[in-house]
Amino acid sequence: MELENPQLPTDTAIVTKLEEAVGWARESSLWPMIFGTACCAIEFMSAASSRYDISRFGAEVVRFAPKQADLMIVAGTISYKQAPILKQIYEQMCEPKWVISMGACACSGGFYDNYTTMQGIDEIIPVDVYVAGCPPRPEALLDALISLQKDLREKKYNPKRHKNFKGALDNV
Amino acid sequence: MSKYITILSKGLYSFIKTKYENGFNYLLDITAIDYSEYETEHKQQYALVYILRHQDFKQVIIIKTYISSLYIDSISDIFSGANWLEREVYDQYGIEFNNHPNMRRVLNHREFVGFPLRKSYPITKGQLLYEVDDLLDEMKNHLKYKNIKDKDLMFLNIGPAHPASHGTIRTYVALDGETIAAAITEIGYLHRGFEKSCENHTYNQIVPYTDRLNYCSAISNNIAFVKTVEEMLNLDITPRAKAIRVMLLELSRIEDHLVCLAAILVDMGGLTNYWYIYNPREDIYDLLSKLTGARLTNSFMRVGGMANDLYDGFKADLKNVLIKVKEGIDEALSLIKHNRIFHDRTQNIGIISAKDAINASLTGPNLRASGISFDMRKDNPYYGYENYDFDVVVGSIGDVYDRIMVRFEEITQSTSIIKQVMKNLPDGEVNIKDASVVLPKKEDVYNTIEGVMNQFKLIIDGVKVASNEYYSSIEATNGELGFFIVSDGSGTPYKVKVKSPSFSAIAAYPSMIEGSLLADSILTLGSLNIIAGEMDR
Ligand code: SF4
Repeated sequence: MELENPQLPTDTAIVTKLEEAVGWARESSLWPMIFGTACCAIEFMSAASSRYDISRFGAEVVRFAPKQADLMIVAGTISYKQAPILKQIYEQMCEPKWVISMGACACSGGFYDNYTTMQGIDEIIPVDVYVAGCPPRPEALLDALISLQKDLREKKYNPKRHKNFKGALDNV
Repeated sequence: MSKYITILSKGLYSFIKTKYENGFNYLLDITAIDYSEYETEHKQQYALVYILRHQDFKQVIIIKTYISSLYIDSISDIFSGANWLEREVYDQYGIEFNNHPNMRRVLNHREFVGFPLRKSYPITKGQLLYEVDDLLDEMKNHLKYKNIKDKDLMFLNIGPAHPASHGTIRTYVALDGETIAAAITEIGYLHRGFEKSCENHTYNQIVPYTDRLNYCSAISNNIAFVKTVEEMLNLDITPRAKAIRVMLLELSRIEDHLVCLAAILVDMGGLTNYWYIYNPREDIYDLLSKLTGARLTNSFMRVGGMANDLYDGFKADLKNVLIKVKEGIDEALSLIKHNRIFHDRTQNIGIISAKDAINASLTGPNLRASGISFDMRKDNPYYGYENYDFDVVVGSIGDVYDRIMVRFEEITQSTSIIKQVMKNLPDGEVNIKDASVVLPKKEDVYNTIEGVMNQFKLIIDGVKVASNEYYSSIEATNGELGFFIVSDGSGTPYKVKVKSPSFSAIAAYPSMIEGSLLADSILTLGSLNIIAGEMDR
């Protein structure tokens, strides 16, 4: 659905499917919340600052309160000590919500294959997009955002998609 | 060179007390060594190591004592900085300190069972934590200790997932109105097992891990580590390598100070400064990625030299970067230098006196802001720092303002050092010629059998370091960054301990904010430039 024609008369009615309209609206109004713990968060700072400028992609309203955000960007190593906090904050976000896992550590534990580090955040919360790199360049994060938006536009996201997700910390 | 003393564990406390009275009043580090897999004539499994610095800032002594029981007297009443260091030894090795005010884990979580740095603990054995510690009992003890009985206190968690707490620091405060009556800080949320990982990798493989200690100035960690290993091997690196290292150290200092200043000014509400200060950092990134291949985690140093020489045109690129840096900080300073709001929010806030700063083992810009001119580059010069002309920047009272301004001025001093280095950059190789340390040239690897063998041996076995126990340090961005390495003759260190400047700073933080306003505690934290990777390791 394109709304780029400047000649579009104001009294035109557009017929579309509701879910397509919703997907289109969501696409450019993602409000990210950054869950930054380590080196990757520094690259997020770059993505947000003027050189890479994440606002060009309609996702600049960075929130630090989970209740105001719908996209969580997990940037950095998640240790076992941090894991319950990550889960709690994820749960505080309202549906629908998405998660980008930024960097090798968040995706898989990275090269911290040891007693402290969670071997990937998808052991505790569901993840929609993984970004490789240690740290990923800001462009890689932007690419993840764009691919998420594309999927939103093509309404690939069913809000109930993670209904049956069960993470390591859900067993209690 | 540091002096090594081995004493009996019985007299440890009084020995350290005498040393303290004789001028060794600056505690660098406390750690333990588990000798169970080491060939030694000593029967005891554990030894404790205390590293002290003299008040002339030149001499260092390493005091070692073998212990047969898992108990030893605490020295936290002599050095306030010992409090958390002893907790860490307990946390990692299970050695308890008698008379310690708060003997509990510091890095690992409260449900953790076992002591991970003991050789018997398997490196990959992770343990899930289901619920975060509420810290109530610790707070109760602390209130009792501070003799606060007021029932009307409000308790509040700042962090760990708080934008101003840098993602990983948690401070639990008891508020009396807006004033912090009592505070306790919990760390360890970014404990990534650096020291255990080191025991499983060859010396050169550790270099990427050191990048991620202080990830805002990765190269200086690389240098601190390889310098220690080179000294253990008695290697003298080439003059060109020394000069390039000095230049990169100073560039990292600039890079790191820029993030710290950008972040604290945002915390204060000055977002415009962020753009002015952060953008030159992008230019430094461009330069470093051209040189090293990576923006942030450069892994550029190797034992015996570095990955490659400077590229053609580096000098001109560097010149441009320095101009951008100057523009950036000049713009930012023009916004804050005579700004009443900035002055009111930073002056006389978060003060730490010179005496307390020394006692708490603060270091680097944080210590200098309190008026103490300790800088490794002047007091224990290495890589020819004595030949460069620069000032040690000191503050007057040790408040937030001093800490910020010291960093601004250090950027200028570092720029001047870089210019001096580039003016007289020596020619020659960047790597020493020693086949047992430095990898052969790629054409030799592809064309000769000796080259292949050499490459293979060095990659698989690593650089072999004869049995030794050694401490060495440099002036990194946040202060004295040291490595204490125990080697056993193989290509993998037996033990590595980082003397981390951020760890001492965060240990001193709760006492700095008690009695101040809640909003000021945020600025105090920002001004200490705590880097979680280096603090939690
Ligand atoms: S992926 Fe790499 S850069 Fe990112 S947090 Fe992990 S170690 Fe740091």
